[in-house]
Amino acid sequence: MTITDHLIIAPILIPLFAGGLMLVLDGRRREVVTIISILSTLALLTVAIALLMASMEEDPARTVRVYLLGNWPASFGIVLVADRLATLMLLLTATLGCAVLLFALASWHRAGSYFHPLFQFLLMGLNGAFLTGDLFNLFVFFEVLLAASYGLALYGSGRARVSASLHYIVINLAASTLFLVGVSLIYGTAGTLNMAALGERIPALDPSERRLFEIGAAILGVAFLVKAAAWPLGFWLPTVYAAASAPAAALFAVMTKVGFYVILRVGSITTEASGGASMLFGEGWLFAIGVATIGFAAIAMLASQDMGRLAGYSVLVSSGTTLAAIGLGGTGMTSAALYYLVSSTLTVAAFFLLVELVERGRTPADDVLAVTLEAYGAEEEEAEEEEEVGVAIPAILAVLGIAFLACALLLAGLPPLSGFIAKFALISNLLGQHWLTGGGIVSVQGWILLFVIIVSGLTTVVAVTRAGMRTFWTFTERELPHVRGLELSAVALLLFICVVLTVQAGPIMRFMQLTAHGLELGRPYIGAVQAQPGAAPLKQERAP
Amino acid sequence: MELVISITIGVLGGSGLWLLLRPRTFQVIIGLSLISYAVNLFIFSMGRLRVGAPPVLLHPSVPGDLEHYTDPLPQALVLTAIVISFAMTALFLVVMLAARGLSGSDHVDSAERGP
Repeated sequence: MTITDHLIIAPILIPLFAGGLMLVLDGRRREVVTIISILSTLALLTVAIALLMASMEEDPARTVRVYLLGNWPASFGIVLVADRLATLMLLLTATLGCAVLLFALASWHRAGSYFHPLFQFLLMGLNGAFLTGDLFNLFVFFEVLLAASYGLALYGSGRARVSASLHYIVINLAASTLFLVGVSLIYGTAGTLNMAALGERIPALDPSERRLFEIGAAILGVAFLVKAAAWPLGFWLPTVYAAASAPAAALFAVMTKVGFYVILRVGSITTEASGGASMLFGEGWLFAIGVATIGFAAIAMLASQDMGRLAGYSVLVSSGTTLAAIGLGGTGMTSAALYYLVSSTLTVAAFFLLVELVERGRTPADDVLAVTLEAYGAEEEEAEEEEEVGVAIPAILAVLGIAFLACALLLAGLPPLSGFIAKFALISNLLGQHWLTGGGIVSVQGWILLFVIIVSGLTTVVAVTRAGMRTFWTFTERELPHVRGLELSAVALLLFICVVLTVQAGPIMRFMQLTAHGLELGRPYIGAVQAQPGAAPLKQERAP
Repeated sequence: MELVISITIGVLGGSGLWLLLRPRTFQVIIGLSLISYAVNLFIFSMGRLRVGAPPVLLHPSVPGDLEHYTDPLPQALVLTAIVISFAMTALFLVVMLAARGLSGSDHVDSAERGP
């Protein structure tokens, strides 16, 4: 085993030890805790980059790397698997973690206790969920990340947060029980929970067991869709995200993507294993649910009065678009969906951070005022405006305004930033797959998705522009937000990565295509895991 | 035995679900606990119900297969699930009390609805 093979477990161990160490130190040495947090997050970023580099090797045997804990064979022990998709998600998480930490360091990490440990444990849960190779460990890591997320959702306390978290916790506990029911049904029929071993056993199931297995998989799918906040199951999300503190909400942006990741992963293995006969997470349903999510979120965006909820609904648009895109299937669509996923996660996180900066210094009374202005206040405003003619927009508002504009362009998918490229790739694949190359006609589903994506872009423009005008162009009495350099640089970092995604779109898209192609096959993943020898199972040679 | 276990799981799950949909936070937490009991029993039963079969290896002379032993894995899974659901219930209890303290109401929406 080389050092890069052991690196696979580092994304779980680093935050675990860092978080544990902080709990020991906390309350006495705030500076030390902060430094540990910074070091750990940077180390995570380095490890993620190293793993991604390693997964880009040409040799197909090296792209899927397997780590056996305790060197038990994969069907008995715990197994971690790092392939392109997993390392891509690791890198996304680590990048987001760095930006969020940068933002939190300015002031938020002093707003309550235990920000840093919770932050590290959330990263640990996320990384573990991306790396794990069996379903029960997936459940354990889900619980780790959810437990940390409950803490972060409550972080800063206050009535709105506690009441929103109450709903959040109940819904996720209920989803976890569904998860367990699904997992145990799968174990009861297939006799294993290792994803690769499952891939091999599914074809061997007899029809009655197959039916039960599919019921189990469907229940599991519902649990994942709750996490991905798909349409009928996602009502909790905007309230919780809007109530959560800004760094927590920005980090939560990647949490909905865990559900999406698992659907993609499990779907790829089982579809390949059964020769396409049994689509694990029925593709027609996934597409319909995705489209319904986009539609619901696009309408809700228009109706939302404050910017926090607006950002929450943009999370829903993003998860709906990715679900619908993978629901249609095909390597091209999956790779475009992955690009969209990276771009939209970073954008939404930047938007959450920005919203907090803009809304800072605003009291609940101001929110009520804003709503009343919306309803009645057009005339009042005009009268005021005449007195204020000639007052320049303060510099800090101008900077925030530019960042807000960039976020709006990214969210709506307008040129020139990566949001546009992502949507363009989706639509071009949609047309290319069925129309431009084949000479056929775009299917009804294709037209629906095309229409929904474009309309959701339009409603995003309308909703975000309205919110922006109300914030930046109306002269209210409120004081200017006090913004620190660190906070601005966190937003700038996220937006800068989106710019890099735009400029380097070619190579990144090729990487996404390779990733999607690897998923399409499924077989290399199963093969790599099963080929790991591990230690020979213990012989029964003990004396009686 | 299968019938008894199924009825137990059904009754626990059904009453848990009913309580989960009630408006008081206390009812919700009891409902969640009942559902988690039902799920734990369900996981346990997925290893097939056997009487008098141990889950740990006894003696080298007894072959180590499922003819002579019960499947130990679901029991290990149940153990993990119990610990996790217990911890989550405790956490939920704290949040519930905080919500009660902050809003002065034990309604799940933190406010009474209607007259």
